[in-house]
Amino acid sequence: MSSRNNLPLLAFATAALLGIAVALALLVAPEDVDQGVSQRIFYFHVPIALTAYLCFGLGAWKALRLLWVGGERRDLESYTWIHQGTIFGALTLITGSIWAKASWGVWWSWGSNQLVLFLVLFLFYCAYFMLRFSVDEGARRERICAVYALFGVALIPVSFFAIRLASDFIHPTVFTREGPQMTGTMFGTFLVCWAAITLLAYVMYRIELVGKRTDANLRELREALS
Amino acid sequence: MTVLASGDERSVVHGDCIEKRYGRKRVLRGVSFAVPRGGFLVVTGSNGAGKTTLLRLVAGLAAPTRGVLEVNGERGDLGFLGHEPLVYRELTALENLELFGRLYRVADRRERSGMLLERFGLWDARSDRVSTYSRGMVQRLALCRALLHEPALLVLDEPFTALDDDGAGILDTELAALAGDRTVMLSTHDPARVEALATDRLVLT
Amino acid sequence: MSSLTLYASDVVALARKDLRLELRARDTLPAMLLFVLSTLVVFHFALPTGTSADAAYGLLWIAIVFTALLGLARAWAPEREGGALDGLVLAPCDRSAIWLGKTLAVLVFLTAAELVALPAFALFFAPVDLVAVAGVVLASVGICTVGSLLAAMAAASRGREVILPLLFLPLAIPLIVGGVGAGISPQGASYLSFLALYDLVFAILAWATFEYVITE
Repeated sequence: MSSRNNLPLLAFATAALLGIAVALALLVAPEDVDQGVSQRIFYFHVPIALTAYLCFGLGAWKALRLLWVGGERRDLESYTWIHQGTIFGALTLITGSIWAKASWGVWWSWGSNQLVLFLVLFLFYCAYFMLRFSVDEGARRERICAVYALFGVALIPVSFFAIRLASDFIHPTVFTREGPQMTGTMFGTFLVCWAAITLLAYVMYRIELVGKRTDANLRELREALS
Repeated sequence: MTVLASGDERSVVHGDCIEKRYGRKRVLRGVSFAVPRGGFLVVTGSNGAGKTTLLRLVAGLAAPTRGVLEVNGERGDLGFLGHEPLVYRELTALENLELFGRLYRVADRRERSGMLLERFGLWDARSDRVSTYSRGMVQRLALCRALLHEPALLVLDEPFTALDDDGAGILDTELAALAGDRTVMLSTHDPARVEALATDRLVLT
Repeated sequence: MSSLTLYASDVVALARKDLRLELRARDTLPAMLLFVLSTLVVFHFALPTGTSADAAYGLLWIAIVFTALLGLARAWAPEREGGALDGLVLAPCDRSAIWLGKTLAVLVFLTAAELVALPAFALFFAPVDLVAVAGVVLASVGICTVGSLLAAMAAASRGREVILPLLFLPLAIPLIVGGVGAGISPQGASYLSFLALYDLVFAILAWATFEYVITE
């Protein structure tokens, strides 16, 4: 596979882009009038959340392909995407929590629909891992996990809806993240950060996949020798 | 990959270099065989050689990890007898056969069930729950269920298990009547018993 | 027989088999009934005096969801015991009929539990109006639709009793939102349509994917 060779290069490019993104977010982007310096976490929080959605979506796509055309490598790919999605989902919760503390003075707010949604998704995908580790490896596990991953992408919009509805009776939305319109520099910074974090997720996915495949190959080799 | 296709090809079941693993454990390795239409394949091998796994693969209850396995026929053309009886323990024999007869599209299921229960000596126990049966009676009922829809391909995993002499005799007669007409794949640790019927043999190691 | 009536007769035969097994063994439904009543009594002591009816209403939903879990945990036990599921998988019927039959059977059990729970709730805590009952009905359909499929997944795993609630609860959150909303919000209708949407989405998904859960 020739694509494996470009991985170090890609990783290096990602690191560089991340550096640029951090510099832009902290130094170049203008300070928000209302929220001050804490608003800068927005440049990471939102791209991380979007990347998590992307990872979950790709995990479900691979799961769908697995059910459709088969192929055990798709199981590993689906699992790895969901693993990355869960990592970025946890990061979303952490950055969101920091932002909540900075702007509202509390570590957690049920008023933030996005955070609540990520909490639900985080629970869902933790259950995915529990399921995966309690079914014996093999074709049955691949299929069961794929079906559960598909339920996950259906749950995202349904939960989004549900949380919007729930905020009517549980907690009227007092806080809003919609500050003044983003300026050109702000938007540019946001795009760079988004690109950097998406690329980071992809590189992490590739690295994890290479590691897992090496593991599997080694195991097979050891078995063949014994 | 299991291929289910109808069509009159020479072999009903054809396996090429089949491998099956459960997790890290490899149960089958490079198994190749073919069963012609009307053939009678006897699968033998020591405990743990993978007889049960191979038959479950042929039945379509599991998929091979590698290799090709072709089974020619529709899903309902297959009659399977496994380690477990594949019946509901808390239903009676008649209720089980009625339910499975419906699902297996047996039009005259009432007559078929009655005839099979009679033949396997279960008629008097037909309205008792399976959980009250002895192991041998459960095995007889499992055979009734496997034969209920007159399958063109019979896959029998150790069918003589738990049967007494009487039951084994009934099964001998039944197999002799089916041999030649139906395709049979049977695993056993006592190949001498079906020696006269066997057309092909597969020894798993 | 047309294929649709054949499908329907398979579903009915499978569901009726579950009801017959339950009538004979009585190992699920009485437990569900007693559990839902006990939970309501526990709630009386868990809620401080003067708590609003809205809070009690939220607890009703916890009682319903956990009662459903009790039933779902045992849903596939008859299929597991004698390997009967393999017999169903090998049958030439549509495999989604197996899911639908189980869903209907579990729905009957859950409805029976709710027929006890709702009057008891109205007696102990707060009145229940028609919109709230509609919410219970729609949410129950969703609970059974998703639950019977997840229970089949859990049945294939090692820690089946432990894992089912973990799989199920994140998916039940939208149902609880819809159910509680239908009970306490003045705009009950929008919650009812949300529940109907949930039922539709997940019924289609479960119908299409169930086959993969029970086959290789």
